[in-house]
Amino acid sequence: MDISHFLDVLWLARSPILKGVGVTLSISLLAICCGTLLGVIVGLALTYAKAPLRWIVRGYTDFIRGTPVLVLVLASYYVLGTIGLDLGPFQAGILALAVFCSSHVGEIVRGALQSIPKGQTEAAKAIGLTFPQTFAYVLGPQALRQVLPAWVNTAAEMVKASTLLSIIGVAELLLRTQELISRSFMSLEFYFFAGFLYFTINYAIERFGRYVERKIAVPS
Amino acid sequence: MPNNLLEIRDLHKSYGDVEVLKGVDCTMQQGDVVSIIGSSGSGKTTMLRCINMLEEFQSGSISIDGEEIGYEMAGTQRRRKKEKEIARQRALTGMAFQQFNLFPHMSAVRNVMLGLIKVKKLDKDEARAVSEKWLDRVGLLARADHFPGQLSGGQQQRVAIARAIAMNPRLMLFDEVTSALDPELVNEVLQVIKTLAQDGMSMLLVTHEMRFAYEVSNRVIFMNQGLIGEEGNPRDMFHKPKSERLAEFLKTSSFA
Repeated sequence: MDISHFLDVLWLARSPILKGVGVTLSISLLAICCGTLLGVIVGLALTYAKAPLRWIVRGYTDFIRGTPVLVLVLASYYVLGTIGLDLGPFQAGILALAVFCSSHVGEIVRGALQSIPKGQTEAAKAIGLTFPQTFAYVLGPQALRQVLPAWVNTAAEMVKASTLLSIIGVAELLLRTQELISRSFMSLEFYFFAGFLYFTINYAIERFGRYVERKIAVPS
Repeated sequence: MPNNLLEIRDLHKSYGDVEVLKGVDCTMQQGDVVSIIGSSGSGKTTMLRCINMLEEFQSGSISIDGEEIGYEMAGTQRRRKKEKEIARQRALTGMAFQQFNLFPHMSAVRNVMLGLIKVKKLDKDEARAVSEKWLDRVGLLARADHFPGQLSGGQQQRVAIARAIAMNPRLMLFDEVTSALDPELVNEVLQVIKTLAQDGMSMLLVTHEMRFAYEVSNRVIFMNQGLIGEEGNPRDMFHKPKSERLAEFLKTSSFA
């Protein structure tokens, strides 16, 4: 393996790679944001909603979590089209990832909320807080601290899952890498490099999560 | 005739098929310090929790200063009041719990400030001043910025009492507040409660500390199987129990 030759090729390929990284980051960011937003709603419904709604949401999370992400991606791209919802590969991919993300975040949020002792709610009620206030100042902040490590994990999973969008033709980092390989035949080098880039993104997410965790840690 | 501070009429409460309160009547006047004693399962804690609407109850009524708590009549239908109204009524009473239930993500002073800001709508500086005054009263001003995890059980319970009482409730409810404490920490909490009693705070205490109930209360209620078994002044209750059940209970409890 000739390093300087690879670096030359890499330099020439900088534009498609950077574009690929950009698309991967946008997919991940959008999927994580939408998925988290939806996931918090799912988590709240799983914890506090009355029976019929709760069952529906429970069915949703169980179904999504039991389905491979790739199947979700393919379904969102090919199946939704047949029922008239014609999404481009980028939108379809983000929809699939966001839905996947929401079911995981929903479970994480439910777990965190249910692990808070009942006495917390009772103490909040006893000083006259309404439920929205109790959630905003007592339950939410405690749940947030619990959710964080698992949420960071899910976020990193989403970055990895974004590679699946290459299958429906979204030109993210993996697809760009494969295109470069098919032209240069330097598969080992380019896969390594792509792997390194994914690692860097996830490492950054993890460091950021740790940082926030430390910031909001409760002294004891 | 002025209203009683607390008036409980024929209170019934069941969990499913199990009836835990079978028609409890109780009145309290301003400044009363009433201890509820009785073996576990007799319904003392449940009764306290009904006053604060932490438990629903099926029939009977509870009023504070003549205002009916928790339920209202719509025609002939008894229904639960609106949540907002219940939240307001809960602030009429303050409650201290066996497990303290401090908010672990807030410092001691913030624990006390929360209700003052969100319920009493004080501004931040006022709330801090009131909170610090009460933390001082329970001897913990120096720990105002400590978090619950940094405080001993006794200290946490004193903060919890300050948090409840800073809301200026009409009536303080104490639910076995020393039961979760190491023996050497019990006294500091009881001391705080005693001072509050001496200042004229009306309070209703569920307790297993017989000696304390004897010293601090002007009336003692003995609960037995969901009913008030016997009540009276502490001297009569502890030294001349009328019912056999109470005599038996006192024998098995630590009161000597």
